[in-house]
Amino acid sequence: MVTAVTNFGRSGVADWLVQRVGGVILLLWLCFAGAILLGNPDLGYQEWKAVFEATWVRIFSLAALLSLAAHAWVGLWCTLTDYITPRLIGAHANLLRGVLVLVCIATLFIYVVWGIQIIWGI
Amino acid sequence: MLQVSLYRYNPETDSEPFMQDLEVDTGGRDLMVLDVLEMIKASDPSVTFRRSCREGVCGSDGVNMNGKNGLACITPLSETVRNNKLVVRPLPGLPVVRDLVVDLELFYQQYEKIEPYLQNHNPAPAIERLQSPEERAKLDGLYECILCACCSTSCPSFWWNPERFIGPAGLLQSYRFLADSRDTATEERLAKLDDPYSVFRCHGIQNCVSVCPKGLNPTQAIGKVRNLLLQRAT
Amino acid sequence: MASIRTISFDGVIVGGGGAGLRAALQLSQSGYETAVISKVFPTRSHTVSAQGGITCAIASMDPEDDWRWHMYDTVKGSDYIGDQDAIEYMCSVGPEAVFELEHMGLPFSRTEQGRIYQRPFGGQSKNFGEGGQAARTCAAADRTGHALLHTLYQGNIKNRTVFLNEWFAVDLVKNQDGAVTGVIAICMETGETVHVKSRATVFATGGAGRIYASTTNAHINTGDGIGMALRADLPVQDIEMWQFHPTGIAGAGVLVTEGCRGEGGYLINRDGERFMERYAPNAKDLAGRDVVARSMVQEILEGRGCGPEADHVYLKLDHLGEEVLQSRLPGICELSKTFAHADPVKEPVPVVPTCHYMMGGIPTNVQGQALTQDSGSEDRVVEGLYACGEVACVSVHGANRLGGNSLLDLVVFGRAVGLHMETALREGIERRESSESDLEFSMTRLNRLNRSQSGDSVAELRKDLQNVMQNHFGVFRNGEFMREGIGKLAELRERIEQVYLPDKSQAYNTARLEALELQNLMGVAEATAITAEQRRESRGAHAREDFQERDDHNWLCHSMYFPAEGRVGKREVNFAPKSVETFQPKMRSY
Repeated sequence: MVTAVTNFGRSGVADWLVQRVGGVILLLWLCFAGAILLGNPDLGYQEWKAVFEATWVRIFSLAALLSLAAHAWVGLWCTLTDYITPRLIGAHANLLRGVLVLVCIATLFIYVVWGIQIIWGI
Repeated sequence: MLQVSLYRYNPETDSEPFMQDLEVDTGGRDLMVLDVLEMIKASDPSVTFRRSCREGVCGSDGVNMNGKNGLACITPLSETVRNNKLVVRPLPGLPVVRDLVVDLELFYQQYEKIEPYLQNHNPAPAIERLQSPEERAKLDGLYECILCACCSTSCPSFWWNPERFIGPAGLLQSYRFLADSRDTATEERLAKLDDPYSVFRCHGIQNCVSVCPKGLNPTQAIGKVRNLLLQRAT
Repeated sequence: MASIRTISFDGVIVGGGGAGLRAALQLSQSGYETAVISKVFPTRSHTVSAQGGITCAIASMDPEDDWRWHMYDTVKGSDYIGDQDAIEYMCSVGPEAVFELEHMGLPFSRTEQGRIYQRPFGGQSKNFGEGGQAARTCAAADRTGHALLHTLYQGNIKNRTVFLNEWFAVDLVKNQDGAVTGVIAICMETGETVHVKSRATVFATGGAGRIYASTTNAHINTGDGIGMALRADLPVQDIEMWQFHPTGIAGAGVLVTEGCRGEGGYLINRDGERFMERYAPNAKDLAGRDVVARSMVQEILEGRGCGPEADHVYLKLDHLGEEVLQSRLPGICELSKTFAHADPVKEPVPVVPTCHYMMGGIPTNVQGQALTQDSGSEDRVVEGLYACGEVACVSVHGANRLGGNSLLDLVVFGRAVGLHMETALREGIERRESSESDLEFSMTRLNRLNRSQSGDSVAELRKDLQNVMQNHFGVFRNGEFMREGIGKLAELRERIEQVYLPDKSQAYNTARLEALELQNLMGVAEATAITAEQRRESRGAHAREDFQERDDHNWLCHSMYFPAEGRVGKREVNFAPKSVETFQPKMRSY
């Protein structure tokens, strides 16, 4: 059993599930958004706004947003722990990765807050 | 004359590794790569590599030939040589001890980590434990692993995290015991695998499948381990 | 002499093959500090190449099967110079040892009843040769050795045996009292020479098939244990007895299991004739290996060989059908395609008798303690030394080993050694002391090699040695030709003692290793040659053109080769099993 402090779930299964379930939600949301775009060739702001004012669409979009953030987090954490390691780039790697992890968390947090503002601000 | 480019490194004399160009007279025969290495060693005894059974069952002579991992003793020149050129390097991703000999310590540690021995909590009967041919068939494609390390050293995830990711060889053996009807330690085994590294660093690249000299499929076995972990969690 | 680092263990086992790992397992289970010295990672040992199975009367295929029948077959197979007390022990304890392996996880093939699958092998019979062919060889497809070796290694991981992997044992350390106190070994990665001390040392170093040019044996089978024993002035027994396996792939030497014939395959000559029907009307292709090998050579000598050079015969398997071949003999299909370019499903495999197994070795008693003889030709235990597996000569194989008996030999006697050591250690063998001068002999040899400035190369000398053995001491032998071979070997010995090592580096120096191995090969070859010339009869694998009959009057005994004088002596065969009647020597036919 390998332990990893910076991993939130601490469980491989949880991470894996989050990415897969999140992936499915994202796919559904993209289909939904795509269908609206393709189904309404002369879509204007008002029609778009109307769609996104529906509560279920807001919840659906929020789920997609959180899925995107979670998906990105697991992926980025994996990538960072693959490449930013003492084995590959030397002793300063752990510090550097710590900083990059914080940057990722901060960025994702900002995007999530901003996204919520947009979804609920329409 | 076959053009051979051989990875050389002697820690006592070389500050860094280099490629040595050699010509070998194969007499037009379709030799195995190991035969070529033996011919080179007969004229230059300092050339260093591991070998034992020379028939592909002991797993000593895993090397990288023209970019692909495999066993030198069962890789005929016709299978690997292109444009009359053979490039032989050590297995990638592990420290080189000398020439084609790599330090397999990390590889063996990952193997040991999965507790590669049958565990059965019930007292043993006076004869063998019974197992139906169907149950036994589940071990085919798993128990044949020869620990040559061709798969794990072709796996990028193992290159990046050889201390943490068990790697295809270890995981194949892990499933060999999970799949054994005689093993009762499934829960304990799975509990030790449920972290973000041990199993889940496998991204299904399948290099392991394409290089395995015994034709085994570690990716499929890893998928089955993952399914067991999912069933256990849900 | 510079002093070298010393490390100490309760028990040291030299060799990480089946016998060594089984002994190590027994000892580490009992809590004694046990170390295995192996020149390769243990699962690379030659046991891994064993294919067909492990012969043992576990009464799975035939519920009536009896270990006494197995014992009868083994005694007969040995041409009556197998020790009957040892064979009795092996055959009777066998089932327990095999079930232990199964409990450890060995993935045996199975019958519909869920029991271990057994296949017929050569020389097997029911009811003391009266009941027809038996099926007694327990198999894991055709990878039994692989499955067995990995299982034993796994057992040792579980029991935390200490492994000194890629360490090479150079010489025994014997003190002034003649007791063994450990070995000198080289750590290959660093090149460091280390004195490994132990209260008891086990040799499980395997065979020496590499003395022949054509062999089924791995490159590593260089008779290191025999070489070390001979240098320590210990005798070897029945060393002239070399088994030629009937079915090595022609040209490559790679083994094709006897299980092929057990599953129904048979040999044919250039006329497509199933010629074994002429040589062994009852057992046919499943006669003893010595009988089949000689018949094949006879066919080739009489011009009925196959191929453009008429230098091999064919093993026909295609009639078994793809399904049987794929399920029972998958490894053979693979090997045949790779090394013979023949797919057994469609075409026969070209095969030729190939050096396979050393029946002789270090004489031991049933507990695995190494033996020597005192001046009155009485057995004397070598204190502190055990041997098991192919390097040992208990003797259960006598003049010819039956297929599937080598794996049984190594688990039964590996285990026996472990058990005896456990008791001996508990009763408190003291750590015997050795002095610096006891190491000197070995260090001198190493230093000579490290200072060598000229001489012949290892590769050249090894080739010469192998060719002499191949040409002068093959399937058929004759006195004059052997004496010529002995002369050539004497000349080679001098050159090999002065072998040139151009690469003097420390880190993973395989050139040094090969030079040391060559000196071991030389010892085995010389002992084989001298003893073979002296045994003036034909028995089992030892077939002489000038003495074609078995001579029970003079040679119903073990040969003993004493290295110091190059003398061949005799030792009595044991004819006193404990629980069954003695099997009296009779004509051996199949």
